[in-house]
Amino acid sequence: MQLRTRALETILIEKGYIEPAAIDELIETYETKIGPRNGAQAVAKAWVDPKFRQWLFEDGTSAIGSLGFGGRSGNHLVALENTSSVHNMVVCTLCSCYPWAVLGLPPLWYKSAPYRSRTVADPRSVLRDFGMELPKDTEIRVWDSTAELRYLVVPMRPTGTEGWSEDKLAELVTRDSMIGTGQPKQPKDLG
Amino acid sequence: MNGAADMGGMHGFGPVVPEPNEPVFHADWEGFSFALNMATGVAKLWNLDAFRFKRESIPPAQYLNLSYYGLWTTTLEQMMLEYGVATPEELAAGHAIPPVKKVPHAVTAAEVANMVRCGSPYDRPAPAPALFKIGTKVRARNMHPKTHTRLPRYARGHTGEVVRIVGCHVFPDSNASNAGEDPHWLYTVRFNGRELWGDDSDPTVRVCIEAWEPYLEAV
Amino acid sequence: MNGGQDLGGTHGHGPVEPEANEPVFHAEWEKRAFALTLAMTAPGGWNIDMGRFARENRPPGEYLSMTYYQIWLAALEHMAKEGGLVSDDEIEAGHSLQPPKPVRRILLPGDVAKVLYRGGPTERDTNTKPIFGVGDRVRAKNINPLTHTRLPRYVRGHVGTIERVIGCHVFPDSNAHGGGENPQWLYTVRFDGPELWGADSDATIKVSVDAWEPYLSPAT
Repeated sequence: MQLRTRALETILIEKGYIEPAAIDELIETYETKIGPRNGAQAVAKAWVDPKFRQWLFEDGTSAIGSLGFGGRSGNHLVALENTSSVHNMVVCTLCSCYPWAVLGLPPLWYKSAPYRSRTVADPRSVLRDFGMELPKDTEIRVWDSTAELRYLVVPMRPTGTEGWSEDKLAELVTRDSMIGTGQPKQPKDLG
Repeated sequence: MNGAADMGGMHGFGPVVPEPNEPVFHADWEGFSFALNMATGVAKLWNLDAFRFKRESIPPAQYLNLSYYGLWTTTLEQMMLEYGVATPEELAAGHAIPPVKKVPHAVTAAEVANMVRCGSPYDRPAPAPALFKIGTKVRARNMHPKTHTRLPRYARGHTGEVVRIVGCHVFPDSNASNAGEDPHWLYTVRFNGRELWGDDSDPTVRVCIEAWEPYLEAV
Repeated sequence: MNGGQDLGGTHGHGPVEPEANEPVFHAEWEKRAFALTLAMTAPGGWNIDMGRFARENRPPGEYLSMTYYQIWLAALEHMAKEGGLVSDDEIEAGHSLQPPKPVRRILLPGDVAKVLYRGGPTERDTNTKPIFGVGDRVRAKNINPLTHTRLPRYVRGHVGTIERVIGCHVFPDSNAHGGGENPQWLYTVRFDGPELWGADSDATIKVSVDAWEPYLSPAT
């Protein structure tokens, strides 16, 4: 694969269709600059700031835009509220659509057949693969990202975090909790 | 199960490619695979429905990249392991390691002709009268068992017409899990192509399937 | 198309296997395949719907046994060849053999951040009105196009409820095949689990898809 990719890249550069520096910048952006920290920041803000929370749920795109996030796979962002009776999960059964703008690039499991096939039909068994069990009567809402809307799960704020700063709260927000395959960390997990 | 075998209506497999003067078997091992499976069936080590379930349970990425007899051989190996006919060590070694378990009956060459002629009938005495008559409109249930079924995805939820009452047959959904033959009435159900594939599809197409009574409900 | 990618509701793929501390890319070539794909949309004049179709349009056995970025690379090669930007013999040789095809624009390094931030919004102005409103019961049509669609098999023929009227958006079924953007009204439609998976299935599940108006008809 290394040779094949290099061959193609060589040709495309020689023909002037791409600039090597642009390639490097794209890679660097998604390896280091855009990632789940963005989403965690938005979630933490929603936990402390009721007005931002309302804005995030009413117009996710502009709310995350106010934090400087947006653009590719984030032009149409919808935030989903987890409650004690409703748990949200996000999937793209048809390919790998994922809210890049707030979570970066998706992990391999999200793009693979087991997750894509089972989440819409048997989400509880998928949660079990993540070591997660929900009460029998919790409603599980699965969102299949078939269009350009991108979904961000806003998990419930852990207890015992009164008075915490947004930065500290953001450390509790895991990537998986924003997809719906995990819960945020607890205060004791920060050690 | 909604496995890779459930191919009806899928796209992307390319053209049908008939092979001129195609031999019955493309290699000796294929013939052997075929014969082994026939012989194990006669030895009553497992039933055909269980074998089919095992075969369709092969992970789709693997299933779709195995040849036909590759699927048979892979399935045979797994059945031998599951039913205690062979151990992983024996499969790896390529020969039996004593002690060897006895089987009820090993088919002999002399018996083959008779075996081929008699086959393996699946009709059984009826436990109850048939629910549906010829001409009855029936809907295939929207069922998604993770276990074996012979109701393809493309038919589920669609309405067709009973065109034949086949008889009372061993029910694969039960037999494959070794839960008993549980015979049920079996019908041929005919669907209009447009019912299955949409309003824009070819109106001259009809598709028939054989469906057991538990797959169907009256409309 | 009803290809290997239409995975919702299929069985036999095994457990979800998260990788602890998974890197963004598993190999150097994956980074290149990713970045080349993004960068080539400008000179190629491609849109995301064409890209998605190029990925899914392969034999199901291939789709399921290739890795994620192997599929990206294969689709990129295919689109570049189809667009006359590279040829088979060039790919085999590993370097350019013919003069380049003139292209309207390329992605310049200084523009990367700006282009990423602009993204690819798909909402378009319209003077049509949506047929459906929140709360309406709708049936997903039983369509089986050989071409690109975003209506998964597992919802076709089933009845759900309009949850949100999203807006008028570029229609992939058209945009993927040179039919133009042809924007259509887009809705979030919610289905009850038992409607999709059978009366005996888990009643606590609800599944939503985002569906364009041509995918839906009123449920009677």
